[in-house]
Amino acid sequence: MKQLLIIALRNLSRYRRRTLLTGSLVAIGVLFVLVFEAAAGSFKAMMIGQITDSMLGHLQIHRKGYVASIETLPLAMNLKPQAIQKIEAELGKSDAVEAFSPRIKFGGVFSTFTESTSVRVNGVDPDREFATAPMLKGRVVQGKPEIRPGIMLVPELLARGMQVKPGDTVVLLATNAEGSVNGKQVQVGGILASVSGPGGRDAYVHQSDAAEILRLDQPEVSEIAVRLKDFGSLKATYAALSTSLGGMRNKQGKPSFEVHTWESLAPFSNVANMIDILTIFIRLILVSIVLVSVMNVMIMAVYERVREIGTMAAIGTLPATIRSMFLLEGLILGALGTLLGTVVGLGLIGALRIAKLTFDFGQQRGLVLAPSVGIGQVLALAVIVVAISAIASLQPAIKASRLEPIEALRHN
Amino acid sequence: MSLIVADGVSKQYMTGEMTLQALTDVGFVVEPGTFSAFIGPSGSGKSTLLNLVGCLDKPTSGRLAVAGTDVSQLRGPAAAAFRGRHLGFVFQDFNLIPALTAGENVEYPLLLVQHVPEHERKRRVAALLEAVGVADQRDKFPDQLSGGQKQRVAVARALVTSPKLVLADEPTANLDHASAFAVIETMRRMKDEFGTSFVFSTHDTKVVDQVEVLYTLEDGRLISVEDRRAGAAS
Ligand SMILES: Nc1ncnc2c1ncn2[C@@H]1O[C@H](COP(=O)(O)OP(=O)(O)O)[C@@H](O)[C@H]1O
Ligand SMILES: [Mg+2]
Repeated sequence: MKQLLIIALRNLSRYRRRTLLTGSLVAIGVLFVLVFEAAAGSFKAMMIGQITDSMLGHLQIHRKGYVASIETLPLAMNLKPQAIQKIEAELGKSDAVEAFSPRIKFGGVFSTFTESTSVRVNGVDPDREFATAPMLKGRVVQGKPEIRPGIMLVPELLARGMQVKPGDTVVLLATNAEGSVNGKQVQVGGILASVSGPGGRDAYVHQSDAAEILRLDQPEVSEIAVRLKDFGSLKATYAALSTSLGGMRNKQGKPSFEVHTWESLAPFSNVANMIDILTIFIRLILVSIVLVSVMNVMIMAVYERVREIGTMAAIGTLPATIRSMFLLEGLILGALGTLLGTVVGLGLIGALRIAKLTFDFGQQRGLVLAPSVGIGQVLALAVIVVAISAIASLQPAIKASRLEPIEALRHN
Repeated sequence: MSLIVADGVSKQYMTGEMTLQALTDVGFVVEPGTFSAFIGPSGSGKSTLLNLVGCLDKPTSGRLAVAGTDVSQLRGPAAAAFRGRHLGFVFQDFNLIPALTAGENVEYPLLLVQHVPEHERKRRVAALLEAVGVADQRDKFPDQLSGGQKQRVAVARALVTSPKLVLADEPTANLDHASAFAVIETMRRMKDEFGTSFVFSTHDTKVVDQVEVLYTLEDGRLISVEDRRAGAAS
């Protein structure tokens, strides 16, 4: 084995230029994939984190049919106390749930006495909302990050358009489920930075103010946003809640509730899926580059060394040994390229983190790109590339082992 | 027991429509510990015969036994194993492995063919390099050696596994006269020292003085056998 290794290494260094060329090609491919996966992966994770942590939550539960007409925020589709109780009981039982926040959502009119415009409002319980959307406080760019009765958090675009600032008094008007219009004077408590995604430009008031404006005689809820302890348990928790809550029927025997993950609520999930597909695609390209270039080099190596192979076979080297010799050579070539690409790629990822490159996404400016890769990802890529190198060498190696020594010796 | 027994050996090459009769009804015996050569003009069938004896090719008909084994049907890995165990080869073009040093070339059959332990390997390699007179070239690569040196390394490689028989097809054809004589002389010395049989081919009549038994081929037929050993009747 050691001798086979020595022969493989010596032959690789004997054809130095060719080895360097193919090795660099593999290295560049590995480097490119690593950096892409690090950048795309951290972009994705950051965007998902923003969307789920600053408004959406990981999961949401609505009355069946609410999401289909979510654009109009239909008050008639709100959950009633009995339903809310059932859901809260179910969520309370789950170990995976960290927090949940019932929200009452409605469309209203925002008036400054001189101007008015429409606005989408969330009426929330502040403690539960901040626990479910921990990044919401961070979005308050002016004023105080708090929600209490008589106070409203106003989205940035609205504040700018209506020229209001924290401390200003405004009127919030809404039509309730019975069709009567009610208003309430509130103070602008803080200005919220916009984020991409649904609800990224909503206003927030205390749930008691919402109940007052909508003249609710009993608590109602439009949606319940859920935060999980571990984002990784999303699929499992979703499945569990879909069976438990999704399985509950109303008096007509129809499902009462619907459960959605952030993915089916945020259009960004399409971008995230695209990134995943792109990643697979780029890996496939890498695999083909490695396959073609290593196979090419190994076919050439066998062809150039036909007489040498004939000699080894003539003096009694078994076909299996010859096969291993060439297999090892291709494998080492791939491994060296992988090593080089990984080292340079990790260096580049480190440099990108230090450089703190910023980018804009939708309304958001100056997001910092912090690419990172896990050790598992690096190892998986290395294993793939080395395995593909071995596969690429297999055919030439088998060909070498099957050469007839007498014909190989005549070759020149 | 005779080392080689050939009886009515014929070899035909099929090339497309044509059938070429390379050897016709060749029969001979080679005793252990002899220094023999096949001579004859180019195309007379010397290489064909050595390939058959060396289990690199099969006769079309006839019986061929080497070291007590019928080798006329030996193929593939079985043939490779037989060659590795019983035979040594010296080639016209030296055929050293370019990626290995002289010492490693000699070590190669012990390591990758016979799997001899390291200590024993080192000892035998050193002894063989010393015996053929290239001990000082041990760490050089083939392309740093002269033709004569390469062929001596090749002789050492052929002998290192202590085979019963070393086959050498025109081992001197690519050497100048002085080197050619030196290589033949070395092989002859090795035969005396280790008792190994050598069978080589040549069309160079000037290097045949050392030969004990001389076989002459012409058009694929064995036309004469000259036994020069003391006490042998020619
Ligand atoms: N592989 C082959 N295919 C067809 N003809 C061959 C082959 N090898 C040798 N011959 C023919 O067989 C005859 C004997 O060749 P060879 O044994 O090489 O002679 P020598 O070694 O004495 O020069 C020649 O006519 C040669 O052309
Ligand atoms: Mg010949």
